[in-house]
Amino acid sequence: MPEKDQSLPKVPESRVVPKKRTRLSLVWIIPIVAAVAGVWVAVTKIMSEGPKITITFQSAEGLEAGKTKVQYNGLHVGTVTAVRLADDHHHVIATAQMDPKTEAFLVKDTKFWVVRPRMNGLNISGLSTLISGNYIGVELGQSKESEHSFIALDNPPMVAGDTPGRFFMLKTPELGSIGEGAPIYFRRLPAGQVVSYELDQGGQFLNVKVFVQAPYDQYVNPNTRFWQASGVDMSLSATGLRVQTESLMSILAGGIAFETPAAGPLLPPAEPNTVFTLFNDRAGAFRPPARDPYTFLLVFKQSSVRGLAPGAPVEIGGVAIGEVTDVSPQFDAKTLEFSAPVTVSVDPQRYGIKFLNVPGDEDATLRHRRVMDILVAHGLRAHLKTGNLLTGSLYVAVDLFPDAPPVSLDWSQNPVELPTMPGKTEEIEKSVADLLKNLNQTLTNTDKLLGNANKLVEPNSVLDTELDNLLKEGGGAARSLRLLADYLERHPEALIRGKTGEAK
Amino acid sequence: MTALQQGLQSCDTCGLLSRPVPGADEGRCPRCDEELVFRKPASLQRTLAYLIAAAVCYVPANVLPVMTTITASGRESDTILQGVVLLWSPTGWPLSLIVLFASIMIPSAKIVALLYLLITVRRGSIENNRQRIRLYRIVEIIGRWSMVDVFVDTFTVALIQLQPLMSVEPAPGLFFFAAVVVLTMLAVESFDPRLIWDSASSKEIQPEVQYA
Repeated sequence: MPEKDQSLPKVPESRVVPKKRTRLSLVWIIPIVAAVAGVWVAVTKIMSEGPKITITFQSAEGLEAGKTKVQYNGLHVGTVTAVRLADDHHHVIATAQMDPKTEAFLVKDTKFWVVRPRMNGLNISGLSTLISGNYIGVELGQSKESEHSFIALDNPPMVAGDTPGRFFMLKTPELGSIGEGAPIYFRRLPAGQVVSYELDQGGQFLNVKVFVQAPYDQYVNPNTRFWQASGVDMSLSATGLRVQTESLMSILAGGIAFETPAAGPLLPPAEPNTVFTLFNDRAGAFRPPARDPYTFLLVFKQSSVRGLAPGAPVEIGGVAIGEVTDVSPQFDAKTLEFSAPVTVSVDPQRYGIKFLNVPGDEDATLRHRRVMDILVAHGLRAHLKTGNLLTGSLYVAVDLFPDAPPVSLDWSQNPVELPTMPGKTEEIEKSVADLLKNLNQTLTNTDKLLGNANKLVEPNSVLDTELDNLLKEGGGAARSLRLLADYLERHPEALIRGKTGEAK
Repeated sequence: MTALQQGLQSCDTCGLLSRPVPGADEGRCPRCDEELVFRKPASLQRTLAYLIAAAVCYVPANVLPVMTTITASGRESDTILQGVVLLWSPTGWPLSLIVLFASIMIPSAKIVALLYLLITVRRGSIENNRQRIRLYRIVEIIGRWSMVDVFVDTFTVALIQLQPLMSVEPAPGLFFFAAVVVLTMLAVESFDPRLIWDSASSKEIQPEVQYA
C-alpha cells in the first residue's frame, strides 16, 4: 500500500546482532524424557503387581473393595479389589491383588480369615481393627502346590501354624465349661489352649483338640493326665468339703490342666495327636486305675444304709481300698425280709500288694481267696460308719473283730458275700443326744453368765460407781501433771534447784 | 497484509514496529531491547514437542494416585478421578465439578485445541481464523488454572502433618500432573498465533484481516 510505504522512512532500523545458528529444536528431548518417565512408571506399576487371588467367604461383612487389606503378621501383602456374590448366592467371593513376591505364600493350605474384634472366653483379639478397620489375615501353608483360589476360615486359627508345640486329642464324655480358646495349664502356668472340639461319630464322646505350646509340650508323655480345671470344683463327701480351683481365669472361662504323675517310669514325650482321657477333676485323674477289682456283696440286715451312696469309700483303718458301686434293696421271699445288699469294688493291690507279689506259680485269684479266707477266719468284718455328722453320709469300714462269730466265705457266689457287723449308728445317735444335752446345759449357763455381766454394768451398780470414781481420779491426776509440765516449762531450773517461793 | 510481508518486525513486549537491518533476520528492539523475530523460532515444532510430552504425561497423571492419605486406618491413595468421585455428594458437587473441569477437562481440552491449531496452521488453513485465535486466547487464559490442583495438593501435604493421627503425602501422579500443566503452558507459549494469519495473508486478503 502506497500510504504505508511513505511512512516507512520514519521506522528506525534494528540493531544487528551476530546471527546465531538455528538450533535443531532441543525441545524434542522433553517428549522423549516424558515418554521414558511414562514407560518407567508403567513398567514399575506392572512389576509391582503380584498375583490375583480369589477368596470365598461366608459373608462380605467387613470386606470393602479397595479398602480391605490382606496382612501377614501385620505386614501388608495385598488389597481386596472386588467383592462379589458367588454364583450359588450363598457365598461371597473377594478378589485380592497381592503384592509381588507373594507367589510363594499362595499354596494349597494357606489360610485366610477376616480379622475383626472377637471375644472368645476371656481372650479378646483384633481390638486394633476397631480403629484400622477389618483386614484379612493370612497363615502361610506348608504345601508346595500353588493355588490362587481359597476358601476363608470362619474363625481365625487358634494357633498360628508355626507356633512350636504339639496337638493332642482328649476324649471326654462331656465338654463341661471349656470352649474354644479355653486355656490349658501346666502347674498353673498357661501352657496352651483348646483348639476345637467335635462330637465323636457315635455321639458317645467328645474329641477335644488341644494345643500345648513349647516348651510345655515336652512334659506331656503317654502317662500324662489331663483334667478339667473348669471353675470351682467343690465336692462334699465322707472325707469332708473339698474346694479345688485352678486360676481366676479358669473359674470364669474354664480350662484344662495337665500333670504327669511323679511316680512311674520316665517316658519319652508323647507323639503329636496322642489321645488322652480328659478326667473330670484332678482326683479322678490321679486315682490309680483299679486293676482287676474284686467285687464283694455286703448285706447289712439290722442297720439302715441311708447315707451310703455309690462312690462312698471302703476303708481299712482309714485307708481307702475301694468304693461302693451299687446299693439296691432286695426282698427275700422266703424269709419275708428286706435287705439292702451293698456291692463294693475293692482293689486288692491297695491292701495286698505284698501278698500278690510273692513269687510262686499259684494263680493270683486263688491266692487272693486263700488270703481272704484267712482274714475272715481271723474276724474280718465290714460295718457301716458315719463319715460326716453334718451330712450323715456313711462309709464302709473293714476291720478285724477277733470276737466275731466265725463264718466262711462262699466262693461259689458271684459276687462273694463278705460278712458284716451291725453298724455303730445307734452309738452315734446316743452320743449326738448327749452332745445336744450338753449343748443345752451350756446355753443355760451362758444365759446366767450374761445376766451377771448385765448386773455389773447397769447404772448405780458397784462397778459403775467405781468406774466413775476411777475416771474422776484419773482426771485429777492428769490436771496435776499438766500443772507440773507448765511450771517446768517456765522454770526448767526447778528440776535441779527445786521449787522456789518466787514461782508463786 | 502483515508486518512480515512488509519486512517489518513488531516487538512482543512493547509493540514497537521496527525494520530489521538488511541481511540480518534477528535483532533487538530499539526501545526495549527485546529480541526481535518475525515469528517465534521453530514454533510449530516446539509446540508439537511440548504437546506430545504433555499428552504422554497426561496418562500417568490420571492413572496414578496424586495423593496418599495416611491415617490410623491405613494408607489410602487417590487418583484425581477418585477424588472427583469422592467429592461428588449432594452438597459437594460444585467442588467436584471444579476439580473435574480444572484437572481433567481443561488439560485435555488444551492439548486437543493446540493440536487443532497446529494442524490447521500446518495445512495452511485460512478458515475460521477468528474462531481459532479466540480459541488460542481462551487456552492461554484458562490453562494456568489447572495448576489449582497441584496447588491444593502441595498445600494439603504441607499442612496436614498430624504425625501419629494423619498425614498426607504427594504421590507420583502429582508430578506427572504438574508436568502436564507446565508442558501445556509451554506449548501455548511457544505457539505463535501470528502463524494463523500468515497462511491467510499469503492468499487473497480477507476483509477482516485488515483490522487485525
